[in-house]
Amino acid sequence: MWSWFHKWGSPKWFYGMAGRCLPWVAVATLLCWGIGLGWGLLVAPMDFRQGNSFRIIYVHVPVAVVSLAGYYLMAIAAAIHLVWRMKLADMALKSAALIGAALTFLALVTGAIWGKPTWGTWWVWDARITSMLVLFLIYMGIVLLYEALADRPEQASRVCAILALVGTVNIPIIYKSVDWWYSLHQPATIRFTGAPSMDPSMFYPLLWCIVACYLMYGTLMMLYVRGEILRREIRTQWLQDIVRGMR
Amino acid sequence: MLKALLWRDLLLTYRRRGEWLLPLVFLLGVVLLFPLAIGPGEKTLSQVAAGAGWIAALLASLLAVERLFREDYEDGAQSLLLLAPVSLYAMVQVRVLAHWLVTGLPISVLSMLLGVLLYLPANAIPVLLVAMLLGTITFAQLGALGAALTVSLGRGGLLMVFLVLPMYVPVLIFGVSAVEQAAGDWAATGPLALLAAMASLATALAPLATAAVLRVVSD
Repeated sequence: MWSWFHKWGSPKWFYGMAGRCLPWVAVATLLCWGIGLGWGLLVAPMDFRQGNSFRIIYVHVPVAVVSLAGYYLMAIAAAIHLVWRMKLADMALKSAALIGAALTFLALVTGAIWGKPTWGTWWVWDARITSMLVLFLIYMGIVLLYEALADRPEQASRVCAILALVGTVNIPIIYKSVDWWYSLHQPATIRFTGAPSMDPSMFYPLLWCIVACYLMYGTLMMLYVRGEILRREIRTQWLQDIVRGMR
Repeated sequence: MLKALLWRDLLLTYRRRGEWLLPLVFLLGVVLLFPLAIGPGEKTLSQVAAGAGWIAALLASLLAVERLFREDYEDGAQSLLLLAPVSLYAMVQVRVLAHWLVTGLPISVLSMLLGVLLYLPANAIPVLLVAMLLGTITFAQLGALGAALTVSLGRGGLLMVFLVLPMYVPVLIFGVSAVEQAAGDWAATGPLALLAAMASLATALAPLATAAVLRVVSD
């Protein structure tokens, strides 16, 4: 148990392990996206009300799901870093903030593209969309704080970890209050009822896409953390050996 | 020790008039912009009065809190305070209290008058005062956290605003709805209770994070 724990604390071990896993995970990601998107875009039946435009859910929903799950991962990394001062956890936190911000942005953009044919407008101040926008701002806050403290990496890592943990307390409060706000100002024109039960022929490809998106998240995390290791540990002997060997 | 700290912070602000006057003048300036932008009609203005007043108060609080720890950090007093035989948590509480007394409190009182200028219905004015008093406590606590996060940055003002804005969302929502409910002759106890809940939660928990950040930053 402890050796396992120590492994995860070692950038050297992670660098090698991630390097060996990356090709496999990347291929699995592409495969799942291929199956999910191929099935969803070509095979799954057309929605009888929204026509073909509903097919954007095969990108929109996975991206939105993973951007939310990514925050939990980031918060866990933050807690681990604060408690055990694990360098890898800090690198994961930094990478997760950037990837999470990108995914949240993608979810907002795909939502807007979906909204245009479905509701007739690009943007609606709906509770879920507004919360997503707030989540994007929170992710960006962590990214920008890292950038601002770039010349003091030790301080940046701990300060950003605290900010990420404060976010976990705040996000439920913000979400609930935005829900409440929306229920007050319910516009009459657009009804955004919860997703009606989907037909399996539409739902199974969506599942594949969600799995693909999680795998993509894993791939990106490994890439980014490896890049972060390269940047920070470049003075260590083992990394110098690898870099020289590659040349 | 804590009493001395409170006294010191109050005295320092009093001696530097700019510190407590600026947010108030700023509040007045922002409120002036709304009639100019939206139009001076009583009907339009009273419709947006609650929101406009809250946005102005939110911005004024942000502006005021940004420098809360800056000077003590730069001249080294912050590192000395860390050596004091009092918990940093208590010290943060006292400093936020002192800050609230010289900014949150006057901002709340002034908003009452500005509500009149924006044609807020008279029966909503007392509710506005109570909501502001509660809301500015949360503003001060969360703003102190933001100020601590960006204290070591030479010019962290804009970043600090960006970090804190999402945290202010719930207060803004319930603050505005309390005033609007009162303006519409409804009971505003619901949102007021939630504002009080948020103020107590922020007062209990935010200084934990603020103290942790200050400790990291002053290392």
